[in-house]
Amino acid sequence: MFSRWSHFIAYHRIAMDFILEGFFQAFTLLLSGNAETYSAIWSTVKVSSYSIGCSLLMGIPLGFCLGYFNFMGKKSLRTIVDTLMALPTVFIGLLVYALLTHRGPLGNFGLLFSLPGIAIGQTILAMPIIIGLTATAVESMDQKLRITIMSLGANRRQLFLSSLWECRHGILAGAIAAYGRVMTEVGISMMVGGNIKWHTRTITTAIALETNKGQFGMGVALGLVLLAIAFCVNVTISFLRQRY
Amino acid sequence: MRRLIVVFIGMATLACLVPGFAVAQDKSLTMATTTSTDNTGLLDELIPHFLKKTGIELKWTATGTGKALKMGENCDVDILMVHAPPAEKKFVGSGFGTDRREIMYNDFVIIGPGDDPAGIKGKAIAEALQTIKSKQGVFVSRGDNSGTNKKELSLWKAAGLPVPERESWYVQTGQGMLATINIANERNGYTMTDRGTYIKYEDNLKGNPPLKILVEKDAVLLNQYSVIAIDKNHCPKAKYDTAKQFIEWITDAEAQQLIKDFKLLGKPLFTPNAKM
Repeated sequence: MFSRWSHFIAYHRIAMDFILEGFFQAFTLLLSGNAETYSAIWSTVKVSSYSIGCSLLMGIPLGFCLGYFNFMGKKSLRTIVDTLMALPTVFIGLLVYALLTHRGPLGNFGLLFSLPGIAIGQTILAMPIIIGLTATAVESMDQKLRITIMSLGANRRQLFLSSLWECRHGILAGAIAAYGRVMTEVGISMMVGGNIKWHTRTITTAIALETNKGQFGMGVALGLVLLAIAFCVNVTISFLRQRY
Repeated sequence: MRRLIVVFIGMATLACLVPGFAVAQDKSLTMATTTSTDNTGLLDELIPHFLKKTGIELKWTATGTGKALKMGENCDVDILMVHAPPAEKKFVGSGFGTDRREIMYNDFVIIGPGDDPAGIKGKAIAEALQTIKSKQGVFVSRGDNSGTNKKELSLWKAAGLPVPERESWYVQTGQGMLATINIANERNGYTMTDRGTYIKYEDNLKGNPPLKILVEKDAVLLNQYSVIAIDKNHCPKAKYDTAKQFIEWITDAEAQQLIKDFKLLGKPLFTPNAKM
């Protein structure tokens, strides 16, 4: 009995050790300006900004139309969009790999093992979320609002813009959800990016690598770094939300 | 409202100005390699020397040998560093690769719990595998078509046994070598690994790992690494000349010495054996 407990304690002490070690390492990495870590942070921020930018530009108008207008097959389209929200990242990674490989249809652009390649995959990941949540936000908008705006003498363009403005918080919620998925995915980055040091290594693929190398403490540290970035993004957004 | 649009446009412009997504440079080379050369830190050690000497930036992606060969066949990389000689010869024979050169070797070992529940310590490899099977000792396999996995499967066949599949004692991880060793560690089981990765594992656990080397030094356990350039006729866009430069460099005396000097816990991980 005693030996069983001591084994239990020893075993869990090791696990606690690398979590604690991870905390210290996270601070050391950030404060010492570790070049590899900052390269991975930079890749993560760059690629997720590109993909979230593209998916917002395309997703908001599409989502707005889906929620605002009534047309044939709207419900089925909505179901398709909702289903696509569940696309597994490794599957997207595989599809984009098949497109971008030199023998694939888009092989000539040389996008495999590059950040734009990853951004394409992440845009596919984020788009359904943005479209779906924008449509929901537009649909749940108070119907009286439309009448009020029109009774104030608004033309079609003004009606359109003020409706969009009124559902900004719902759209923002969609954007935050999509950003979270994009920043934390590993399947697309690993398959399309190839986890190439100094180039396409993002924080999540670096965590996968450190885990494979058995450096659990380092993996925990990088995970905390990723959380810190997400925290900064959300602080900025909540600041903007209070102002507008 | 208008202000928000301005902010939006500002952010979009900023995103466009963010300096270049790495544009393919002439002086770079893409290599697909196996997890063992990457996870042990050998490439982190070698590649900066290559950059200094030639100005060529080598970018590598680490994966199992099976996928690495597939990437070569699909023209996604310019060069391969792999360790599955029969598959490599087939690859070159099919016209996908050329200039295959052996660069270094280490050997495979069977590791397992220090108390060795099945009792395989010091046995020959075939006998050890037969014992594991009859005693139903837990055996953890890569199960990922990597060079190590191919070797392991060939050893079961050589021992006159059917390749285990869906046996309760046979665990296929589908992961890299160190991850697989860690799973064997958790399951208190046996596994086969290259010696380089084992030393790395020993080093991670500060020189006192629960899994010990039990079977080693069998002639069939040799693990040969080679480099292969992708054939220009098969992939016109592959950077054959640059790949050739890398092959010349890694087989010359200086780089071979670097491989020899790469040590963890004072033990060499790979033995250079390029024919000059």
